This record gives sequence, C-alpha cells and structure tokens, in this order.
Amino acid sequence: MSPSYDAVETGHELPALTLRLTRADLIRYAGASLDFNPIHYSDRVARAVGLPDVIAHGMLTMGCAGRVVTDWVGDPGAVREYGVRFTRPVVVPDDDDGADLHVTAKITEKLDDRCVRIAITAVHGGATVLGRASALVRLPA
Amino acid sequence: MAVNTEYAGRSYPASAPYEIGLEKVREFATAIGDANPAYHDLAAARALGYPSLVAPPTFVFTVTFAATRAAIEDPGLGLDYSRVVHGEQRFAYTRPLVAGDRITVSTTLESVRSVAGNDMVTARCDVLDEAGDQVATTWSVLVARGTADGGNA
Repeated sequence: MSPSYDAVETGHELPALTLRLTRADLIRYAGASLDFNPIHYSDRVARAVGLPDVIAHGMLTMGCAGRVVTDWVGDPGAVREYGVRFTRPVVVPDDDDGADLHVTAKITEKLDDRCVRIAITAVHGGATVLGRASALVRLPA
Repeated sequence: MAVNTEYAGRSYPASAPYEIGLEKVREFATAIGDANPAYHDLAAARALGYPSLVAPPTFVFTVTFAATRAAIEDPGLGLDYSRVVHGEQRFAYTRPLVAGDRITVSTTLESVRSVAGNDMVTARCDVLDEAGDQVATTWSVLVARGTADGGNA
C-alpha cells in the first residue's frame, strides 16, 4: 500500500533500513556498473592510494541507501530527484561480516504537485557517510 | 598543474545511443540488493503503468559515467584523473527510465574551479530518449585532491 500525499506530514519518519556490504557485493556492483576502479576490490591498490582498506563504490552506497525511499513509496518511478555528497568512505573488510550501513529518512517538506522532500541519513561505524542526501518523490493523492 | 578554468561551460558531443536492457536492469537492481518488483517483474512494472521494467534511480550513472569520463579526460582540461574522487552526485527525472529506452548523453562542464588546492569539476549530463525528449539530468562533482586521503572514486 503506497503512502498518500494527503496522509503524510512534515517530520514523518520512513521505516529505517540496515544493510550489510561485503567484498562480494562490491565485486557484483563493479560488474553490474562497469566501474572497475581497483580501490573497490584490491587491498594493495587501496592502501597504495592512502586508504585504510578496500572501500565501497560511492554509487553502491547511494544506490543501496535510496532503497529507504523506494521501499516506502513502492513505485520507484515516483522518485523525481535524488542527490548526495560522498563525505566519508565505507571501508569494507575482507571478512564474512563486511560493513554495516544504517539508513534513516524523514519528510522535511511538503511541496506542490503532491511532491515531498525526504532527507536521508546513512551511518557507517558511527559516522555519516553521505551528506545533504535527499530525494524528491511524487506521492499518490 | 591546476585545471583550466576556461573549460567551464564547454559541451561535448552526444554519446552513441545506449539501449537499456531488461536483464541489465535486473542485474543492476540485484547488485544494489533491491528486490523491488518494478525492477524484476514485468507484470508488476506494467501494473504500475510502465511499458517495461523500471531502471533504479542511480542506474543511469552507469551510462553517464562513461560520457563524463570522456569529457574530464580531455587533456586540455588538465584534470589529473588518477587523483579524482567522486564528491557529489545528483539525478533529476522528468520520467523514470525503463528497459527498452534508447538514450543518448551530452556532457557539459558546468563549473571548473580550484578550491583550497583541490581541482573541482561539475559535469552535467543531459539524458535524451529516442524521441529527443530530455528524460533525466545528472550532475557529478569530481574532485582531484592534492593528497589521496579518502573519498569514493
């Protein structure tokens, strides 16, 4: 059941999302996105450029975090805008646990044309990894 | 060497058409761990009013990335691609992209500047469908840092 524009208010919190990214997820995303930058799979290259370890593609983090909005709205075609700043890398260790990402979101503005602005917060290891993350979504009446 | 700020405003020719494939949409959605039926199930996508599977909002970056890369590797721009990290990304849609869309991408360097020792380029991609209608606009901020101290390339 999709949320309706008339029923939601500013401040409404969307259901939170906890995700886990492992090295296998990074490899899969590299293949699907054709972004084969070795800092996303090679410890050696990541460390050579000063990173603590392999990091997730920013676009993988952004893509996963967007689910907090599309899971809630149901129809992903309702997303009019989506934007983020990549403020901190998500370091993904070479183990079975990988890296956790906790994503929360809330409505910050009700706009014309049944659109709402949603602010998204993505936290990894106690720190936010996306800045000014927000989406503009058009809801059913 | 700093970037050539005279490149601000420069546009590059449209890329060759890219057809969004049904299985590519499924593959990409799986790679971001998203089981939304609109990305996987034709009947579900059609029930929402779409002609085919919906591409996830960040999918088009896989297409714009290639076009942007060609622009920012322009030797005249002078951006050191080996030190580039992805600083910011934004998407705006007039309609969702769906499997079967044949899109072309034109890149414009909206801003080119040096800030606190970092070179920053904002590349805008205009995404047009086969009818020539603009369906999406994307903005990528790329930052070449003096030192590699983190960030997502």
